[in-house]
Amino acid sequence: MFKKNFIILFCFIFLSFNVSKVKATEECFENLSRGIFKFNMAFDNIILEPLAKGYNKLPTPIRKGSGNFTSNISTLLSIPNSLLQGNLKDAGHASGSFLINTTLGILGFLNPAEKIGLKTVKEDVGQTLGAYGVGPGCYYVLPVLGPSTARDTVGLIADTFVDPFAHVTIRENKLFGISGNTLDYYSVKGTGAVDFRSKNITNFDSIEKNSIDLYSSFKSIYLQDRENKISNSKNDQDDWGNLDN
Amino acid sequence: MKKLIILFISSIIIFNSSLLYGYSTNPEEFVKELVGEAIGKLSDKNLTKEEKKEFVEKVALENVDIKALSLYTLGEIRKSAEKEDLIKYQNSFEKYFLKSLTSRLTDYSSSKFEVTSSDKKSANYTIVNSKVSPGDGSPEIKIDWRIYTKNPDQPLIRDLIVEGLSLARTQKEEFASILSSNNNDIILLIQKLDEFVNN
Repeated sequence: MFKKNFIILFCFIFLSFNVSKVKATEECFENLSRGIFKFNMAFDNIILEPLAKGYNKLPTPIRKGSGNFTSNISTLLSIPNSLLQGNLKDAGHASGSFLINTTLGILGFLNPAEKIGLKTVKEDVGQTLGAYGVGPGCYYVLPVLGPSTARDTVGLIADTFVDPFAHVTIRENKLFGISGNTLDYYSVKGTGAVDFRSKNITNFDSIEKNSIDLYSSFKSIYLQDRENKISNSKNDQDDWGNLDN
Repeated sequence: MKKLIILFISSIIIFNSSLLYGYSTNPEEFVKELVGEAIGKLSDKNLTKEEKKEFVEKVALENVDIKALSLYTLGEIRKSAEKEDLIKYQNSFEKYFLKSLTSRLTDYSSSKFEVTSSDKKSANYTIVNSKVSPGDGSPEIKIDWRIYTKNPDQPLIRDLIVEGLSLARTQKEEFASILSSNNNDIILLIQKLDEFVNN
């Protein structure tokens, strides 16, 4: 069963890369993606947004603490990816930040590393592939997980093999005597998603209210964000040049 | 006597142009002064929502290059579109832009604004970097302003880049999607903009 699913997934991703010829603005399955997007919006309205609003009512130290906690765990994924990109400085900052926050920062609920100037740049396998020159492939929307590209979907799966936290939880391997289970993994990821949504309630509302094609707005925002993360810089695209009225 | 007349005429020109544009012509100062005034007005509890809306519209009409923004967001179709359709589109876009802007800004809650630096990209463009610290303790937001300086006496805002996300590019890609799924029919895009304005 697993083998069959794997083959289907592999064919799907292979097809996505080939259809698009690495041009991210092209879509492979736009109608299907728009359908999934509607489902995701309903999921957001019924589950995620109410959870995020409830989360925002928690006392600030609790919100900040859980945000720090999930962010500290996600640093574990950034360390190998920074190394794979040959970015030793970022890998050093991420490692130092994780060690300090996990110990002095009480399992990551506090963020003393930031105060001493250790800045963590979030990296994942999708970004590493992008840094290696792999194009995004075509764009589509995944159920619940949201916007993605062929490259980023491969990255998402590969993340669970590269991320030490996934090894200790999903695969229940022991690391320094610590082990967890799948529920731990998805609880942390779920909390991270609620934390992110709670910080962006006003932004989401504003986009929803002012878009005439919400699907395309989210697509543009996602692709710009990924471009910036891969180049580790802010948007410096200048396509205004030929418009000089 | 001749000198006096020249001085008199010059002072009238300078006085009038400063009245017309209001803000400094230096891009950094321009953004600082414009946002400073906007924060003051929008957080003024004595002003009604309608007064704030009028203020935002006036400032946008005078200081944002709405015409260029409308052409940019239309993409390459602007080159092949009929002149008449283009004028209709620009009118609809202006209304759409102002409505969208006022709905975002009239519910403004106090934030600390600071211009951090600027980068002159060319004779026509300067990027002004700034940051906003929301009053509720949320993380600060980096905003870059693309200022069009072809006329150095009248800098104009062409784009805001919020945390690396260009608002103009997002708008352009949104319109491109609508156009491409409707045979590049500019009339349909105009209808969609009008629907938004009238709702």
